[in-house]
Amino acid sequence: MDIDFDAEDLAFQREVRAWFEANTPPELRRKTITGEMLQKDEIVRWQRRLDAQGWLVTGWPQEHGGPGWTPTRRYIFDLERAAASAPIGLSMGVIMLGPVLMAFGTPEQRAHYLPRIRRCEDWWCQGYSEPGAGSDLASLKTAAVTDGGDYLVNGSKMWTTYAHWATHMFCLVRTAATGKKQEGISFLLIEMDRAGIEVRPIVSIDGEHSLNQVFLTDVRVPKKNLVGREGQGWDIAKYLLTHERTSIAGVAECKALLANLHAAAAERRSGGRPLVEDAAMRLKLARAEIELMALEYTNFRVLAATAAGKAPGPESSLLKTMGTAVQQTLSELDIDIAAEKAWPWRERGEFGRGRYAHAMERYCYSRAATIYGGSDEVQKNVLAKMLLGGGAR
Amino acid sequence: MCSPRCCSAAARAKANAMNFDLSEEQKMLRDAAQKFLRAEYGFDARNRIVASETGMSREHWRRFGEFGWLGVALPEAHGGFGGGMVETIQVAEPMGAALVVEPYLASAVLGAQAVARAGSPAQQAAWLPGLASGKLVLVLAHTEDDSGHQLAHVAARAAAERGGWVLSGRKSGVLGAPWADGFVVAARTAGAVHERRGISLFMVGAKTPGVQVAGYRVYDGSRAGDLLLDAVVLGRDALLGVEGEGLGLLEQLIDIGIVAACADALGAMGALLRKTVEYTGTRKQFDVPIASFQVIQHRLVDMFAAIEASRSLLLMAALHAEHPDAAARSRAASAAKAGIGERARFVAQQAVQLHGGVGMTEELDIGHYFRRLTLFCHLFGGSDHHLQRFAALRAAA
Repeated sequence: MDIDFDAEDLAFQREVRAWFEANTPPELRRKTITGEMLQKDEIVRWQRRLDAQGWLVTGWPQEHGGPGWTPTRRYIFDLERAAASAPIGLSMGVIMLGPVLMAFGTPEQRAHYLPRIRRCEDWWCQGYSEPGAGSDLASLKTAAVTDGGDYLVNGSKMWTTYAHWATHMFCLVRTAATGKKQEGISFLLIEMDRAGIEVRPIVSIDGEHSLNQVFLTDVRVPKKNLVGREGQGWDIAKYLLTHERTSIAGVAECKALLANLHAAAAERRSGGRPLVEDAAMRLKLARAEIELMALEYTNFRVLAATAAGKAPGPESSLLKTMGTAVQQTLSELDIDIAAEKAWPWRERGEFGRGRYAHAMERYCYSRAATIYGGSDEVQKNVLAKMLLGGGAR
Repeated sequence: MCSPRCCSAAARAKANAMNFDLSEEQKMLRDAAQKFLRAEYGFDARNRIVASETGMSREHWRRFGEFGWLGVALPEAHGGFGGGMVETIQVAEPMGAALVVEPYLASAVLGAQAVARAGSPAQQAAWLPGLASGKLVLVLAHTEDDSGHQLAHVAARAAAERGGWVLSGRKSGVLGAPWADGFVVAARTAGAVHERRGISLFMVGAKTPGVQVAGYRVYDGSRAGDLLLDAVVLGRDALLGVEGEGLGLLEQLIDIGIVAACADALGAMGALLRKTVEYTGTRKQFDVPIASFQVIQHRLVDMFAAIEASRSLLLMAALHAEHPDAAARSRAASAAKAGIGERARFVAQQAVQLHGGVGMTEELDIGHYFRRLTLFCHLFGGSDHHLQRFAALRAAA
């Protein structure tokens, strides 16, 4: 039992803190604090800046350009980055596709895609959900049928985040309609500029456009774009879901948001007194902080177990349910503090730069956290199976 | 001042102990509102109103007036229906269910009741008929940037000058402000910022020189705004009620506003439950409707129970709305706001959750109900504020 940082870790912490202090653009900092959505060019520029520092693909092994940090260093890095209100800036390519290609990709796929992901030359979106396949993801119907040396892909993907910005999509497709439905699924890489792809925007209840529906009609995809074997897609997806546990919990982001909430509660007034002096507000902030502590130390324990060689398991489901609960609580506290300052609908201009101008957007979108990436109910099914073994249905 | 109808409803409920039935008139009011709004105020029509430049349908507002909904709790002598809180909630609930954005709460309840309760004969004659018919909009401007929901925190000032008043200050979060023909403004004529004494209410025409409205669209589709009062010169007759004694009326208005807002929220909660039951019964995953899963069934039941408890709290508060003991009235209102507020949040969040991705879309009405209920939770102060108010009033009793 030891969670103290050694002298070298502390030196590293100082270095990271100083760098973010000096290099985080004020505009990105403002948007991160207020919850305003970042635009694509802002994210790409920021990622390239991190990459130039060697700090973008912090979770990747050194052979693929990662910094080779210990879990402690990565933890310190995340905390310092979030504390500086620097955006997480990570893409689906870095978090999700990279690790998949390292584990399942061909040497050619790795050599081609990994450097491009790292340099932000490609923007990847994730094509998993479909109109009829949400929590029952394995029932997905988008079909990839062999046609000479290619697949012909037909179907539709739903809730595809940033598909309108993406140059590529990694996609779960059905390559076999017989047998167990999970076994007929394959993992396919599709360039978004291929003929037959249409992206339609979905405006979400925060009033923003980040989600899309993607329609695929006779899209011709070469077989070299298949990752792993045909029928291996479900295993790859499961690998991916359990892979990035630290980002699932979102501890660093939550800590930064909580610090911002304290600052906001000290600034906002009720009955002429700082809101932070209100007994109920103090209890709410305290309760949220304690939940966050429970999350942080659960996250530590899972990281420690994994570092000791334990195979990743249902802990990621626990971290997701705990993490999203904390995230949602904090975004709710933000609108509590903002009160009528959070009322105006998507105001832009000078008001749109205010501390609370996007609080309601952030709260509204936070409700998606228990829906996407495996809904709360699905995560609990996974945990119930763990508890009950074969007894859980 | 008690509306006779409401008192009789309260008395009747007490006398018969267990009679919570609506009268024929009350039922007709409710049915008519439901029927009209379902036919003429559908989701698409409503969204066109929200997207329009003014964000309000004057046409619908006049129709509401014709049906008698806007004057439901106003005296018959001024074109009203002569009802009280029980009648008001018969109209407010269907309005919540239909996501109505016009200022029923802001004008027909808060603005009109201010004048009905404290207005001089001349003020009543000038405002009430127009408010009842839907010709006029009058809203309450009481909160300020630093006030939170402490009603006694009034920094705006009114000075007696040249036989009239000069008003200066800022008001924020004024419901319906961009639509208002007039404002009932809380300003201080004496005392320090927190003092209970020294608050007065003033009738301020929207076009009076020195009055500026910074309006905006609210997340629930309605409109609100900040009010800037820069040395606004008013006549002596602009004072509403007794000088320096405005807080009592303000508290009364907020209490009845809370009851009306709770009815609106209950309408939205009921609509969400209905739609969520329907959706989970048809949406199939794992080859079966998701409502066949016990976890979904229990969640729906939790929503149902939340709504039933809310209806009980609403009824309790409505029957106390004209209670002669102000503390009893305020405790009832705060109990309803705290109890229904928590449940509204739960029902709204669960409706989105059970709809999954589609519940997150602007295209579906679920998210619009979600936002309406989210705003309701903060309106007139959140649950914590009302728990504290409830506890403080109990301790004082």
